[in-house]
This record gives sequence, C-alpha cells and structure tokens, in this order.
Amino acid sequence: MLEIQNLSIDYRGTRAVHNVSFCVPTGQLVGIIGPNGAGKSTLVEAILNLVPVTQGVIRFKGMPVKRQLLKTAYVPQRSLIDWDYPVTVWNVVMMAQTIQTGLFRGFSRQARYQAQAALERVGMYELRHRSIGELSGGQQQRVFLARALAKEADLLIFDEPFTAVDRKTEDIIFEIFQELRAAGKTLLVINHDLGDSLAIYDQLLLLNKRLIAQGARHEVVTSDNLERAYGRGLARVFA
Amino acid sequence: MMDLIIEPLSLAFMQRALMLGIVLGVLCAIVGSYMIVQQMGMLAHAISHSVMAGLPIAYVVGVALSVGALVAGVISALVLYLIESRSRVKTDAAMALILTSFVALGVTLVSILPGANRIDLVHILFGNILGVTMKEVWWSFAVAVAGIILVRLFYKELLFYTFDPKGARASGMPVHWYDASLIVAMTVTIVVCLPTVGALLVVALLVAPAVTAYLLVKELHQIMWVGSFIGSLSSVIGMYLSYYLDAPSGATIVLVAFCFFCLAFFLSPSEGLLVSLWRQYKRSKFVEADELLKMSGER
Repeated sequence: MLEIQNLSIDYRGTRAVHNVSFCVPTGQLVGIIGPNGAGKSTLVEAILNLVPVTQGVIRFKGMPVKRQLLKTAYVPQRSLIDWDYPVTVWNVVMMAQTIQTGLFRGFSRQARYQAQAALERVGMYELRHRSIGELSGGQQQRVFLARALAKEADLLIFDEPFTAVDRKTEDIIFEIFQELRAAGKTLLVINHDLGDSLAIYDQLLLLNKRLIAQGARHEVVTSDNLERAYGRGLARVFA
Repeated sequence: MMDLIIEPLSLAFMQRALMLGIVLGVLCAIVGSYMIVQQMGMLAHAISHSVMAGLPIAYVVGVALSVGALVAGVISALVLYLIESRSRVKTDAAMALILTSFVALGVTLVSILPGANRIDLVHILFGNILGVTMKEVWWSFAVAVAGIILVRLFYKELLFYTFDPKGARASGMPVHWYDASLIVAMTVTIVVCLPTVGALLVVALLVAPAVTAYLLVKELHQIMWVGSFIGSLSSVIGMYLSYYLDAPSGATIVLVAFCFFCLAFFLSPSEGLLVSLWRQYKRSKFVEADELLKMSGER
C-alpha cells in the first residue's frame, strides 16, 4: 500500500502541493488528473525523492519510498529526454539494471534476459539495435515502458505516458497496465487527458494543489469537481 | 613524399609534440563525448578562460601553474552553479559574466602581484605544442590513462545519468557526484591541454572530434573510439601543417579538426547534408517515374 499523509511541497518559493493525503492499495491502477501547474508531477517527484518534502509522510509498504527505490520504476515525461542522444534501444532498457548490478560490474545474464523479455512484451525486441532517435514517439514510449518492466518493480510511476503515442502503443500500454495490476503491482499514472482513457483506472485523484476529489471515475469526474479544478469553461466541456 | 613525413620526426621537439598530440586527441575525444551529450560546450569555454585567474596566484604561492589553473576552473564552475541555482539569472548570462570576470581577474593579478608579470598570457591563450617537455607528455599520458580507466569503470552509470538524469536520480543514483566528476574531468582536460593549444582553442579540441563522430556513429562508446581516432589524426596532420607552413600549431590542429567535421557534416552516410539532398533528389525522381508509369497505365 502506498500511503501519503498531509503532504505539502514548496517548489521554487511557492506551494505546489498543499496538504494532500491518499492511499493506494496494492494491485491498484490509479490515475492522477488535474490542470497544468496543478502539482501532479511535483507530487510524483516527491514520492520518488526528487524534490524535498516540506511536510508530511510518504510510505510504501510501511517504509519510506526513498529506501525502496530499487523496487520503484519511473517513466519521466518525454519532454525531459534528449531523443538525439546516441544510445540504442537495448542500452536504454539495460539502464533499468544499472543500480541493481552495482558499480564496476557488467550486466548479468539474468539482467539481459529481463531486458529481452520486456522488449519482446512491448514488441520492440526486433528494433533493439536501432538508435532511440530513429523511433516514432509511440515506439520510444514503449522502450521506456520496457525499461520500467525490466526493473521488475512493485511501484510503477508514469508521468504522462500517453503523450504523442499512436493507437497501437496506447493499446499495448493499457494491456500492460492490466497485467501489472493483476500481478499485484501498484501503479500511479499522471494522465493529461480527461476522455475515455480514464475508464481503465481503479481510482482517480483530481488535483489542483490540493486534492479535490478521490475515488471511482463517476465520483471524481463530476461537473462540480471539474469546476473546482479547472474553472467553469472546461468543466462544461467534460462533465 | 616519405621524406616529408620522416624529416620532422628526426627532431626531438616534433617527436614530443606528436606523442602529446595523439594522447590529447584521445583524452579530449573521450571527455568531449560527455560534453556534447550533456551540452556543456559553453561551460567548457567559460572554464577554459576562467583558469587564467588561477595562474598568477599559483605563481606567487609557489605551486605548479596547472594546480592554480585547475582550482580556478573548478571555482568558476562552482560560482556558476551558485548563480544559476540561487537566482533567476539564466545560464547563458551567468557564463558570459564569469568568463569575462575571471579573465579580468587573471589579467589584473598578473600586473599587480609581485613577479607574476613573468607569466606570458599570450602563451596561455594560444599555447605552443612545439615547446612541450617530456615531463608534460608523461603527465598528459597519465591523465589520459586515468580518464580511460574511470570511464570504463563508470560507463553504465554515466550513460544512464547523462541520458536520463531524472530517471537516474529516481533510481537512487548520486547524480550530483557524477555531474561534479564530469566538470572536474573537463577542467583537468582543459588544464592538460593549455600548454598545447591554449585557452582560446582548447574547446575546439574537446568538441570537434567528438561532434564529428556523433554525426557518424550511433552509440556513446563508438563516439569515443571514432572521436579519439579523429582527434589524434587532427593533431598529427595539424602538427605537420604547422611545421611546413610555419603556422601556430594549436590553430592548425583546430582547423584540421574542423575540416573533419565539415566532411562528416556533408558526407556522413546516415545524416550528411549532401547525402540527404541526394536521397531527396532520387526520391523525387522515383516519384516522377512512378507518376509517369501510372499515367501511361491510365491511357
């Protein structure tokens, strides 16, 4: 179970997240929605110990997440990656094993096997010798998904995985999310879109600095809640 | 022809210069590979000039000039980091400010510190590979070997960190150490290159071979290999040119390296400008032929 209690985060002098509390039971797929600048990325970055927490507690399976980073996989927003970087698909996926392998050691056979299985699962093994820059946006996202799978983590965090992806990739991501959930993993996904894709989540968190609503889709995506998060105009469109 | 190649080799100073050129070609390409993927080119430029502030102080204190240069270079990087992280000032402006201020400090200290005016700033700016001693060659060799060993040991960590810094941090990697190490490695390389190509041109030796290789191959370690070859070759060809044209060695080496870059820019099989224009032309011809075929079919 992932527990967040009274979490507040100050980022560059302003409060980005204010007094947020929620729980994600093991084996749940949870979507985080909210407008731009609502603190969605800051929230997951705090869970991953990437930004300092001003106040509050973050625990996964009863322990701080920062002590279990080996069991945590993270797929950052695609805008944070330099897609012209000279690296092949295979070596990107092997990055998942960097910390487990340890300093001064080569990757083990087991690590390579995990990478191969992950690439095969997302349908990218054939393209393993390609440069990451030669792929389409959807293929690049699948490589990052494979990297997360190869880590065999218990907590998986995705920051806007559906940005710039094709239909085939979207389907593969949905399928893999279901498989991971069935395998008892905990998934936290930032979702930019308010459309039908929200149907896959067990639980939604609607955030705008504070936690505005939490629960099943029909409880969260109401015109009242959306108005509080997005303002009047957008709420009318989606509710 | 053979005489043209062999003749300079009989001179001891040319032997030393060629050895040093090859060693620096390798060292610069390896460090330069990280610089281009980390987009640290302008940082290298700022550090390469900032080292001048450390020279007069080292001279007066009585330590090796290279130590003064190294300390000043690292301090300039720290000051830059401080300004960037603790204010709204953007990197570009901070670098311009630090570069010029450290040069000004160096120039001022050379004039006012007692005895420091014996430092030849023109030599620091342009270097002279033909004047290097055997001791300097050995030092550079030791630094290059240490650099290769460190890169070999930390390759997978550096690859992860430089490709996806946030992902690396989220995996629990001590990324600040890797960042600092890259800056120190870059500063050491700059200091080792100072007597050879000088502060003005050292960045070219770091960037040009690596960026040329970047246009030719698709993995970081391949960039290091190919870049090392191009860097060493540029040094050797540049040195011969400097010998026969009686031109400054640093400048000719940099010009040769730039020529290699131009060759790759226009002719790289994967992304060269001329190659892609030729492909476009072929494609348009193909489309034209295709349309003609269709039209004749319709008739």
